[in-house]
Amino acid sequence: MSEPVYRLPPDEDSERITINMGPSHPATHGVLRLVLELDGEVVRSCKPDLGYLHRGFEKIAENKTWQQFMTWTDRMDYLAPISNNTAYALAVEKLLGIEVPRRCKDLRVILCEMARISAHLLWLGTHALDLGAMTVFFYTFQQREYLYDLFEKLTGARLTTSTIRIGGMARDASAEWLGEVGQWNKQIVKIYDECEGLLTRNRIWVDRTRDIGVMSAEDAIAMSLSGPVLRASGVEWDLRRAQPYLSYPDYDFEIPVGTVGDTYDRYLVRIEEMRQSSRIIEQALASIPDGPINADAPKVVLPPKEKVLTSMEDLIHHFIILTEGIHPPEGEVYHAIEAPKGELGFYIVSDGAPSAYRCRIRAGAFVNLQSVERMALGHMVADVVAIIGSLDPVMGEVDR
Amino acid sequence: MSAEKTAALWDDGTSSRRLADALSEVEISASDFRGETTLIVPVDALLDVMAFLRDDPECSYDFLTDVTAVHWPADAEPFEVVYHLYSFERNTRLRVKTRLGPEPKLPSVVELWPGANWLERECYDMFGVTFEGHPDLRRILMPDDFEGWPLRKEFPLKC
Repeated sequence: MSEPVYRLPPDEDSERITINMGPSHPATHGVLRLVLELDGEVVRSCKPDLGYLHRGFEKIAENKTWQQFMTWTDRMDYLAPISNNTAYALAVEKLLGIEVPRRCKDLRVILCEMARISAHLLWLGTHALDLGAMTVFFYTFQQREYLYDLFEKLTGARLTTSTIRIGGMARDASAEWLGEVGQWNKQIVKIYDECEGLLTRNRIWVDRTRDIGVMSAEDAIAMSLSGPVLRASGVEWDLRRAQPYLSYPDYDFEIPVGTVGDTYDRYLVRIEEMRQSSRIIEQALASIPDGPINADAPKVVLPPKEKVLTSMEDLIHHFIILTEGIHPPEGEVYHAIEAPKGELGFYIVSDGAPSAYRCRIRAGAFVNLQSVERMALGHMVADVVAIIGSLDPVMGEVDR
Repeated sequence: MSAEKTAALWDDGTSSRRLADALSEVEISASDFRGETTLIVPVDALLDVMAFLRDDPECSYDFLTDVTAVHWPADAEPFEVVYHLYSFERNTRLRVKTRLGPEPKLPSVVELWPGANWLERECYDMFGVTFEGHPDLRRILMPDDFEGWPLRKEFPLKC
């Protein structure tokens, strides 16, 4: 790996001070704590301290049934709960060897891309706010409000949606709801332009972000970075394209990449990703077929309520799924999706019991965050704020 | 996704074939479930195998996705450390596992993939697996003065 570039020559005699940034600091987006060693205003070492939001999800997964754990996944990256739901459901479905119907795949794609836009909107608003550009925040939070209304209409919850189920979805979307998503998707495109108009060629914004926290492509790969942070360094790698899942192969979209790998590139990449997400939603809305929403797997998926009351077999399945839980085969699988923060993978070991023997969560935000140690070196304290914002850590996912 | 589609995204056996040629003295077993390839490697050969997997042009596993462990308390070798590798060039994944005794200790792969730093720290924090040669092996998610290893099976859910 290349050596970080210092702005000042090393001076062993200079006096250094150590300060705490966080765990309650408005620019650390949650409960991240950085222990900074400063030489004047220049960062000489940066040691992140994590775990303030550690809730032990991997242990909980071993003590809840497969279906029950779905609601816990919401609380990881709580800005894109549907992405987490989908990642977990796909991993368990792979273990079970079942495939969901086309309508469910398309609906999951629409919801995952809405979640990506929602997560990126929050990132953009707060990142700009951290660097003093307040107006953007109002644009993005208004849009998030619309998005949350749509989520609420479909799932009944604004934040912790838990609407994906193993083998399907909790409920189908109505044609009316899909129409509203289409309308929302049309109007948001101009918001991207408005936000870009405020920032992309803004002299202060460019000065604050260009050449800050540079990560080369080789270093980014060596540091196991993924998601927009990796792409900003110039690596064209997106799991939706490289290892496609759901119905992503059927949609046209582009993978934005950066050239330098600085904070500005990470900003540009995420903005463009939102545009591409809107493109995907538009295509998915146009082509989503009618049909069943749940997989034909009676031992996994709950039967419809009216059948439970009329058919003996469905009553038995209903009873067994809810009391014992489902029994996947013994084995281990790894499945990852392109979540808004990067590669979100579930490594699941099953011993055939109704709960996971081991459920490892490979969280993109956790692995990406360790690059802050390197990126911050040699920069000013104020630049650390820009770097944290550009890494977009969500402590719920970092600490799990 | 159907089984044929996923199989293409995992190592097709190239790695175990190449390893058998280059490191013939090492006993490596391969298994396959749902199209996912797993190599089980003895711990004393782990670093050699990992370095080979990274540097061999036909393997080229340049990206370390994940490091974790699984605890099987009833077994003679109760700890299983699991690595997930990915190759950008070949667009395949590979899982490498190694078994450890009741006092789990194994060499760190931070030298090969600097991104392993926090992943190994988390594995140490949760399972008490010692990664020798790690530059900064201390707890990461639990407090520094915490006692016990939360993800071991004997650790209670409530304490």
